[in-house]
Amino acid sequence: MLEKQEMIRKSFASDLDSVTNTNMLNELKVKYLGKKGLITELTSNMKDLSIDERKEVGRVSNELKNELNEKINSLESELKLKELNQKLESEKIDISLPATKVPVGAPNVLEKLIEEVEELLMSMGYDVVDGPEIEEDKFNFEMLNIPKGHPARDAQDTFYIKDEEILLRSQTSPVQARTMLKGEGKTPIRMICPGKTYRRDDDDATHSHQFMQIEGLLVDKNISLSDLKGTFDAIAKKLFGEDCKTRFRPSYYQFTEPSVETDISCFVCKGEGCSLCKNTGWITVSGAGMVHPNVLRNCGYDPEEWTGFAFGFGAERLAMLKYGINDIRFFYQTDLRELSTFDRKDSE
Amino acid sequence: MISLNWVKDYIDLTGMDLKELAVKVTKAGINVEKVVTNKIDNLTIGEVVECIDHPDSDHLHVCQVNIGDKVTQIVCGAPNVRKGLKVIVALPGAELPGDFVIKASKIRGEESNGMICALYELGLEEETEENYNRGIEELPSDAPVGTDPLLYLGLDDTLYELDVHKHRNNDCYYHIGFAYEIAAILNKKVTLPEASFTEISDNINNHFSLSVDTDKCPYYMAKMVTDIEIKESPDFIKKRLVSAGMRPINNVVDISNYVMLEYGQPMHFFDKDKLGDKIVVRDAYEGEEITTLDEKERVLKASDIVITDGEKPVCIAGVMGGLNTDVDDNTKTILIESAIFDSTSIRYTAGHLNLRSEASIRYGKGLNYEYTEKAMMRACYLLEKYANAKVLSGYVLHDKVDKTEKIVTFKAEDVNKLLGITISTDDMKVELGRLDFDYKLEGDTFTVVIPRRRLDIDPNVNDIAEEIGRLYGYHNLVSTLPRVPIRKGEYVGDVKYRKLISKRLRTLGLNECKTYTLTSPDMAKLFRYENKENVVLPNPMSMDKSIIRSSVLPSLLNIYEYNKSRKVNDVLLYEISKVYDVTFEEDTKIALLMKGNYITNSWAGNSKVDFYLVKGIVENVLDYLGLKNRYSFEVGTCSDLHPGMSANVLLDRENIGIMGRVHPSLYKDEIYVVELSLGKIMSKNVKAIKYKESSKYPAISKDMAFIVKKDVMAKDIMDVIKKACGRLLTDINVFDVYVGENVGSDEKSIAFNLTFQDPTRTLSDEEVMQLFNKAIDAVTTKLNAVLRDK
Repeated sequence: MLEKQEMIRKSFASDLDSVTNTNMLNELKVKYLGKKGLITELTSNMKDLSIDERKEVGRVSNELKNELNEKINSLESELKLKELNQKLESEKIDISLPATKVPVGAPNVLEKLIEEVEELLMSMGYDVVDGPEIEEDKFNFEMLNIPKGHPARDAQDTFYIKDEEILLRSQTSPVQARTMLKGEGKTPIRMICPGKTYRRDDDDATHSHQFMQIEGLLVDKNISLSDLKGTFDAIAKKLFGEDCKTRFRPSYYQFTEPSVETDISCFVCKGEGCSLCKNTGWITVSGAGMVHPNVLRNCGYDPEEWTGFAFGFGAERLAMLKYGINDIRFFYQTDLRELSTFDRKDSE
Repeated sequence: MISLNWVKDYIDLTGMDLKELAVKVTKAGINVEKVVTNKIDNLTIGEVVECIDHPDSDHLHVCQVNIGDKVTQIVCGAPNVRKGLKVIVALPGAELPGDFVIKASKIRGEESNGMICALYELGLEEETEENYNRGIEELPSDAPVGTDPLLYLGLDDTLYELDVHKHRNNDCYYHIGFAYEIAAILNKKVTLPEASFTEISDNINNHFSLSVDTDKCPYYMAKMVTDIEIKESPDFIKKRLVSAGMRPINNVVDISNYVMLEYGQPMHFFDKDKLGDKIVVRDAYEGEEITTLDEKERVLKASDIVITDGEKPVCIAGVMGGLNTDVDDNTKTILIESAIFDSTSIRYTAGHLNLRSEASIRYGKGLNYEYTEKAMMRACYLLEKYANAKVLSGYVLHDKVDKTEKIVTFKAEDVNKLLGITISTDDMKVELGRLDFDYKLEGDTFTVVIPRRRLDIDPNVNDIAEEIGRLYGYHNLVSTLPRVPIRKGEYVGDVKYRKLISKRLRTLGLNECKTYTLTSPDMAKLFRYENKENVVLPNPMSMDKSIIRSSVLPSLLNIYEYNKSRKVNDVLLYEISKVYDVTFEEDTKIALLMKGNYITNSWAGNSKVDFYLVKGIVENVLDYLGLKNRYSFEVGTCSDLHPGMSANVLLDRENIGIMGRVHPSLYKDEIYVVELSLGKIMSKNVKAIKYKESSKYPAISKDMAFIVKKDVMAKDIMDVIKKACGRLLTDINVFDVYVGENVGSDEKSIAFNLTFQDPTRTLSDEEVMQLFNKAIDAVTTKLNAVLRDK
């Protein structure tokens, strides 16, 4: 019995040595530990033995079984790891090959800029509204204190569509009138309206017959020019950084009184004077002012009770300044080679 | 151009730094774009004491010039240099216009210690051939040697080039008006110029009658002078005109220009003997003709105003005089016109005749009748003094000017509230005084009368606040934020939709475009799938921008071409824009254009844009908008799309747009486009989002395949299957479409994967098989399909 056992142990040891993969190991497992394996065989004629002998054979063969099992298991995990490593090695790829390009769309640069302004002003309680691009003379001019024949109309060479009554809006300001009329002289107003406008200009690097304005209007009680200054400061800092300084200069617009031109400190030279700011240290970015009492009255708000301010930015001008774009036609060409630059977050 | 020497006639500017003043003026609202100072260092008056020919030149002269403290040698090439002449000498170190610095040098071997100058070389005259031929400037013999020639000539002026906003043109583009502006800034007083003259007993009314037959001439004053002597103007007038950029002609013409630059009132002088005894101001007749002073034939419109002698026009009012009544060297008697015409009409006339003159610009901005009258008196004074004119007594006058005074009543508090500052009532008095506004103060209430020269000021407190504010200085404002309730701003209406869809499309890889609303007739012909008429501009700038588009797709095709020609082959674009039809009805279109690779990996294989990818994008967007299961696609009808690869998109069975491949006859390239109506999408209500639990019970999956005629649509088969299976069929997918050898040439095989599931229990195989067989029966009988063997 013991000899048999020893023989099995030996032959197992030599068989085990020649095993090089899990398949061979499985065969080995069947050979020794299977239903008809050598260990089973060892116990096959047990019924001929006495109880004590049976016990002894059982114990010995069990020991052997355990011993073999242990060795097989240990080799198995070793082989599995080896095989896994081989597999992984064979699956190795060249991680330096170019990536698969997943499409992500870039925003139009004007929209990107407008959304920055919107984000700020919405947080300050301004709604973002919209108005028609084919507009009535009444809203585009008359209600804004620009009667027919007024020289202010000459500067806004307008595309008229039907007689002198229907036109392509030359400014986003008609949305002021429309919003106030909706407010019926009772509701305070905070709104901005970014939108397309049209004037009879020949297109070149700095002129465009179609352009975007960002109109803003606030109507409430006890609103002052200083409040406009503070609001403008916030916008300028949002767009051009925290160290951006601002300045108001007297100006003239028919629908605001007092009117101002708003300047920001030149972000290129920090006020030292350079070609961008024409050596003044300042760059004009918008027109603004206190809503003219005639406009308030025309639109149903009693100027004795209500005051407000309005401002208008040229989106193209802001974007050209902010991103160093030197041709206004860029915004309307959608050159995909250039656009992808803008599909990312900006610097803080 | 404003001459500061001229302004000094009306206001004391002794000791002022004029560059500093320019900064103050700019801060107060009138932008001084440029300060021009006619001052050149190292310039002196010299006397040529000897002039001999240069030994080595046929035209140069070697001159000995006395410059006061010494005699110096200068080589000069001017033909008119000669002994005894008083000249302008630029000594070494003098900087002439064009960064030309004078140095001592040798000219062909002869020492030269400076340059004898012509006025154009000093930038005081234009560099014309005429001026060049005149040679060096010859100064009068009494010119003091060794002193500053520009001071001697009275040309040592400082000029402001102004960029005046439209409203202030009428009071800051003339010297008296500008003097008032400076007076307000410096808190000084303005003195108006002398305007007294003697009148002879003969009265204009003996010679002249006036009739104004148009309401576009609210004010017309005429006076008459006689015995005038036409000659050169006195020096001071000539210098002033030159400074302001006008050419002196003769005393009479110069005086009319001089007064215009003083008071801003254009004047017109008629030769009375040519004119006759009558003036009739009327509207022109359509097509009426006149030859103007520049000897050009002008054809007038009925909207123009003309001055006539009762029959024929003698002047286009406010724009230009007629040749038939011009003042010439023989003129003895003049009729002086000082008038106000309708500013809109003058602007229109100047525009259509292309005759924008100093006069028409001023009329076009509007005038103040007080100065119309003052200018007349000033002109008579100057004509008496410098043209020996005898002024006839009386005048003829048409005066329909509304003389209502502009009065504002307010408190200091009102102004403070508007500006966000605090100025006391006492300070306010000072500010109003500086502005030269008459006021009364009762209690704390001011009543202010706006001076007539300030046409720009309306009688309301905002205008007063502006005047106070600009003098106070906007740079002194403190930034505050409006004290208003906190609220959250929102995207309102279609803006909200635009933003949502825009964000989604960008996420899906499409680039946002912005293109022009105005388009060409050729482009407007494309994608007229809605059969709407376009708005055509009555006066377009050019044909390619003459139509308001009703579809955005042609513009996107332009962008496609632009990028293609720059070798960009994968083009994924969208634009959301307003469009209009001829009734001005507005819609907002969501337009997409996709071509080339969607997912790009050129070494491992690309994923190309095709119909089904684009369809997937459309479905993705509509699903995102909460419209899942409410849309469908039917075979397309847009004639600019490939008839076999296009669809109409329906939402709640309403057509909302088109999609498909661009018709190969338009573009050979495989371009796909989509255009949807945002207006129609927005009109749909969407249910609130609600959690839906997934079934806990197992799903059973079954496949079936049919052979059908090629023109049977997959959707029809799926509809039949869905109807047959009812609610237990939770999903159905196509997993194979086959055409080829194993089916007939007019047939195709489509295989479907069906998923059955019940949210409340485990389904039995029997009931699923029952539904499965029911579906097969329905498809085979209704669609003439054959079940394909496994």
